[in-house]
Amino acid sequence: MELHQSSAHSLIKELKNHTLKPQAVWDALYRRIQQAEPRVKAYVRCPMPLADGAKSLADEVTAKIPVTIKDNICTAGLPTECCSRILENFRPPYDATVIRKLKENGLAIFPFKANMDEFAFGSSTENSFFGPTRNPWDIACVPGGSSGGSAAAVASDEAIWALGSDTGGSIRQPASFCGVVGLKPTYGRVSRFGLIAFASSLDQIGPITKDVEDAAILTGMISGYDPLDSTSVNQPVPDYTAVLGQEIKGIKIAIPQEYFISGMDPEVKEIIQVAIAQLKSLGALTQQVTLPHTEYAVPVYYIIATAEASSNLARFDGVQYGYRAPADNLLQMYKLTRAQGFGPEAKRRIILGTFALSHGYYDAYYLRALKVRTLIKQDFDRVFGEFDCVVTPTSPTSAFKIGEKATDPLQMYLSDIYTISVNLAGIPAISIPCGFTRQGLPVGLQIMAKPFNEEMLFKVAHAFERNTEWHKLKPKL
Amino acid sequence: MSIDQDTIKHVAHLARIELEEQELKRLAGELYAILNFIDKLKQLDVEQVKPSSHILPISNVLREDNPGVSLPCQTVLENAPAKKGNFFTVPKIIE
Repeated sequence: MELHQSSAHSLIKELKNHTLKPQAVWDALYRRIQQAEPRVKAYVRCPMPLADGAKSLADEVTAKIPVTIKDNICTAGLPTECCSRILENFRPPYDATVIRKLKENGLAIFPFKANMDEFAFGSSTENSFFGPTRNPWDIACVPGGSSGGSAAAVASDEAIWALGSDTGGSIRQPASFCGVVGLKPTYGRVSRFGLIAFASSLDQIGPITKDVEDAAILTGMISGYDPLDSTSVNQPVPDYTAVLGQEIKGIKIAIPQEYFISGMDPEVKEIIQVAIAQLKSLGALTQQVTLPHTEYAVPVYYIIATAEASSNLARFDGVQYGYRAPADNLLQMYKLTRAQGFGPEAKRRIILGTFALSHGYYDAYYLRALKVRTLIKQDFDRVFGEFDCVVTPTSPTSAFKIGEKATDPLQMYLSDIYTISVNLAGIPAISIPCGFTRQGLPVGLQIMAKPFNEEMLFKVAHAFERNTEWHKLKPKL
Repeated sequence: MSIDQDTIKHVAHLARIELEEQELKRLAGELYAILNFIDKLKQLDVEQVKPSSHILPISNVLREDNPGVSLPCQTVLENAPAKKGNFFTVPKIIE
C-alpha cells in the first residue's frame, strides 16, 4: 500500500517507531492530488498543476500528519469561504476550537480546504460556488453532501482523514456515497466555536475517515467542553479507541420499520439486510421497532434548519468581510450584496426560514415544528430505554447522477430522510461502508446510539469492520 | 398553505435580498411545493406537546464578567471590503 492510501493510525504508529518521515506522506499526497484532483475536484482553490508540490510548505507543517478541513471551519490565515461568493477571500483571524485541538495533538492543517455545498445547504456538493465535486467511484455521480469534498478526498486518497460538519446528514450521507466512515457526534460533544453556523441547534463537527479506528482517534481529539461554545457539554471524553476489538455478543439492536419502506432502492435494502444478518452472526440481538414520527422529520427539519439559517446568515451583509456589491445607499447595499453573494439554494432557504419566523406564520410553522421535534426525540428515548443502538441504512439510495436532483429541491431534501432525525434528537450516529451496488457504488450502514454513547457506535462499527472487507476497497481512478 | 408572489416579495425584503422577477416566479413555485409538503405537520395534534428549541437540558449559560483580550482592531479589519482608520465604512446613511 502507498503512503497516501494509509489510515492515519498506521502512519502515526510508523512515525512513533521512526520508520517513516512525515515529508514522505506529504509528497505522496501531493502526487495523488496531482493525478486524481482534476477528475474529483474535492478541494477548492487548489492550483493545478501543483507546481512546487509539498516542497513549497514550511518544514514545521510537513513534519506532521495533515487533516483535511471542510471550507466552513475557521482556519487562521487560510481561506474559509463556505464555498460561497459572499465570503469571497475571507481569511479568519482565529482558529476554530477543533483546529486548535488538532494542532495541540500534533497534527497539521492541510492547506487546501474541502469543497461543500454553499453554507452546507445541500446533499450533493453541487451547490458550491466553486463547482461540484465528483464521486471517486463514478465521476458522473455526486459524492453526496454537504461535506462532499471531505468524503471524496478521503475516498480518493487525496486526504489521510478529514473533518466535516453535519446538520441533517452532511457527514454521514457523503460518507455513505463515497464508501468511507463518517460520524456525527452527540450535540454538545464537540465545540462549534469557529464553525460557520448553519443551524445552531443541529450543527456538529465530526470526522470522515478510512476506517473506524481513525474515526475513534479523531473524535477523541476534537471532543470536549469549550467555554467558547455555551452548548458544549462538560463531560469527560473517554478513550474511544479502548472499545475497539470488543465483542458485540448480546448487544441489543433496534431495526426501525419506518426506515425500510417505499422509496428505498431495493438493492440498498438487500445490502442492508445482509449487513444486519452479519451483525446477528456476531452475536448481536436484533428486533424490529417503530419510530412512528419518522415521516415528519424532513418537514420539521426544513422549518427549524431554515429558520435558524435565516437568522445565522443575517450577518453576511457586506459590511465586515467578504463580497460587497456597489450601491448608493445602505439598504440597497445589503440587498444587492445578498442577491449577488448567495447562490439559489441559500436564497431559497433564507426566504423559507424568514417566512416560517415571520409575523402570522410563527405559530403555524416554527412553533409547531419545535413541538414535533419533541415527539421525534421521545420516539428515540423510548427505543433507547430498551436497546443499545439503532441500525438503519444511511441513505435510501446509492450516489445519484450529477444534475439528477438539481432542479427539484424537494427531491434533494428527501435524500436525507434517514439522517435528519438524528440531528433533531441530538444523538450520535456513524455511517460505515457495508456493500456495493451492481453498478459499483458504495452503500452505507448507519448506527445510532444514546446521547454521549459514541463508544457504542465505535464498538459495533469496529466489530462489523473486522469481519468485512468493504472499507479496504479503493475506487479505480 | 399557499404562498403568493407578494408574500415572497415581502419576506425577501425582510431578509434583505433583492429578487429579480424571474427568481420571484421560480421561488413562488418551489416554495409552494415545499410548504405543501411541510403541511404534513398539521396532521399531528401537538396541543399538549412542549416545544424543543434544542435537546440539551441546559439553559441560560452564564460566565463571570471578566474582561479578556480582544483581537487587535487592524486584524479584525483585514477582511473589510471598505475601511477607514479603525472603522468599517458603509454608504452614507444620514443626509
